[in-house]
Amino acid sequence: MWFLRINMSDRTHQFTEVPEKYKYFAGRALTSNLIADEVPPPAHPLGPNNKLVFSPGFMTGTSAPTSSRISVGGKSPLTGGIKESNAGTPWAWKIARMRIKALIVEGQPEDKGAFWGVVIGWDKEAEQPTLEWFDATEYAGQNAYDIYPKVYEKFEGRRISVCSIGLASEHAYGNAGVIFEDMSQRPSRYAGRGGLGSVMGSKGLKFILLDDSGAPGVEIVDKDLFDEGRKKMVAALQEHAITKPKGGLNTYGTAVLINILNEAGGLPTRNFASGRFEDAAKIAGEAIFEGNKKRLGKELYNHACSPGCIIRCSNTWHREDKTEHVSCVEYESDWAFGANLEINDLDVIAELIKLCNGYGLDTIETGVTLGVAMEAGVLPFGDGEAAIKMVHQMGKGEPMGRILGSGTGMAGKVLGVTRVPAVKGQGMPAYEPRAVKGIGITYATSTMGADHTAGYTIAPEILGVSAQLDPLSPEGKAALSRAFQATTAFIDSSGHCLFIAFAILDIESGFEGLIEEANGVLGTSWTADDVVNFGTEVLKVERKFNEAAGFSKEEDRIPEFMHTEPLPPHNVVFEIDDETLDKVYGEI
Amino acid sequence: MNITVKLFASLGQYSPEGESAKPFTFDIEQGDSLKSLVRTLNIPEEDIRIKFVNGRTQDWDYRLQHDDEVGFFPPIGGG
Repeated sequence: MWFLRINMSDRTHQFTEVPEKYKYFAGRALTSNLIADEVPPPAHPLGPNNKLVFSPGFMTGTSAPTSSRISVGGKSPLTGGIKESNAGTPWAWKIARMRIKALIVEGQPEDKGAFWGVVIGWDKEAEQPTLEWFDATEYAGQNAYDIYPKVYEKFEGRRISVCSIGLASEHAYGNAGVIFEDMSQRPSRYAGRGGLGSVMGSKGLKFILLDDSGAPGVEIVDKDLFDEGRKKMVAALQEHAITKPKGGLNTYGTAVLINILNEAGGLPTRNFASGRFEDAAKIAGEAIFEGNKKRLGKELYNHACSPGCIIRCSNTWHREDKTEHVSCVEYESDWAFGANLEINDLDVIAELIKLCNGYGLDTIETGVTLGVAMEAGVLPFGDGEAAIKMVHQMGKGEPMGRILGSGTGMAGKVLGVTRVPAVKGQGMPAYEPRAVKGIGITYATSTMGADHTAGYTIAPEILGVSAQLDPLSPEGKAALSRAFQATTAFIDSSGHCLFIAFAILDIESGFEGLIEEANGVLGTSWTADDVVNFGTEVLKVERKFNEAAGFSKEEDRIPEFMHTEPLPPHNVVFEIDDETLDKVYGEI
Repeated sequence: MNITVKLFASLGQYSPEGESAKPFTFDIEQGDSLKSLVRTLNIPEEDIRIKFVNGRTQDWDYRLQHDDEVGFFPPIGGG
């Protein structure tokens, strides 16, 4: 196993052995520990002292199902705190198979206009990775959909996987994501949240390309135990109605959640003014499935974003003339540009997603920021054409585009808006805290800013997974959020997609499988308690970094308007007091 | 008395409207429960994971009232 350090100040690199301290870390646990150990908390996120760390999970690169996630970590330009954002992509699979446990991008070149790329390969004789540089300045200033084919062509004959930044990162936006290829070489899989793309851009790094030809694959200490765990995980995923073939996710994609959140009165609508969108059904996962069926004349089930995924939830939206418009219309993106902006047209939503993918923008942050801009009267609610023009302004770096590119919290301040749905500057995802209390606690207290994936209490509060809790009740939700945040920090370190949670929360043998897989790969003897403790320790490290960076418990709060404005249709406010919020980490 | 029913995702196959999410009005007897409603609609109980009435989740024995809005979901998830 290797650490690869790339120093952008002098364009040097170094492969080193993995220090003992980090041997049992991977994914989020490793990115967060490395950032905490090596980045001074007061460092400017876009300055030379911040670092960008990539790390695949424990199981990434193995035959464990649905485990090709890559964690990206750094100090966030959006929140000013620690950040981990992860994506499912073939790139994750390849870096793991080259036994690179962490790729650490450091320093900063003096020449601001130049961009560089690296190609990481494998030297079979020396049995170690290699690295070569190339000048990538010619690819700057262009749409990702235009430059990806050129890069594959440049390295024709080699099995290249692409990670890159887009124009949004060249503009140093707070909402710029790190872009990864999907299985069909689209620039569509994002470590989207928190502006980590701009950290990469600030270092003048445009591409990290991988060629894993000849790579040995992941070392597994106890193959029998690993296989036992893997089989349990496969069985759980194939049995559970949400994750099985032609089940909910494979048929309708993640946007299947539009209707259920709308029914629950928790689908944020018109910049979080209501919990119901009257045209929800027109943009829901069912409408995507039926729309494709009508246009293509056949049923279309979803595909995998990365090697070894057996859930296969990534959809593709098609135009009337049957050509592909965009992949993927995720629930979050669909909501951010749909209900949140009162846009009810899937073709417009698809175009907005495609523009974000092409420009390197995080769809959630972009949609939530546009909602705030609509609230400010910069453009009208429901006006798809105006929204499309505005995203072009963001991509092109025009003045209003730059303001919106700074993210929800900052844009809200500049535009003088009081209804700004953000925590720690990061825009809220597609679940209304007033109508779903547990997720509100996660938004408020997570080390990441408003992030649904950090502690997905939606599973028991809305979806009836593991339990059926009343989403409107605050009772027991602080403890629930804490438990979910800890377990999630482990799953984010495992390399598995968070969607395994549905199956392993309901099917006990699936959870056993997760632990056996990890013990098999690492040679550990972790128990279920160890998993929670592992996650808790990751959270503590992240929390400590944030405190040193200047965060106090006063930042663990839901915006004021959610305490005072009743949310239709249930006419509820977020009534959870500060003491309860402070207990989430106070009692960790 | 009348209620409005919506069947979502794969439950759309049981809808008299022939598609998911499209509301239809249904005439029921005073005192009918959610359980008797799904029997009348010929939906296998085990296909239903979440039962909403007026935006709140309810149990099978919930007694329906005039003008109630009912929504049934199979197991679904995402994020």
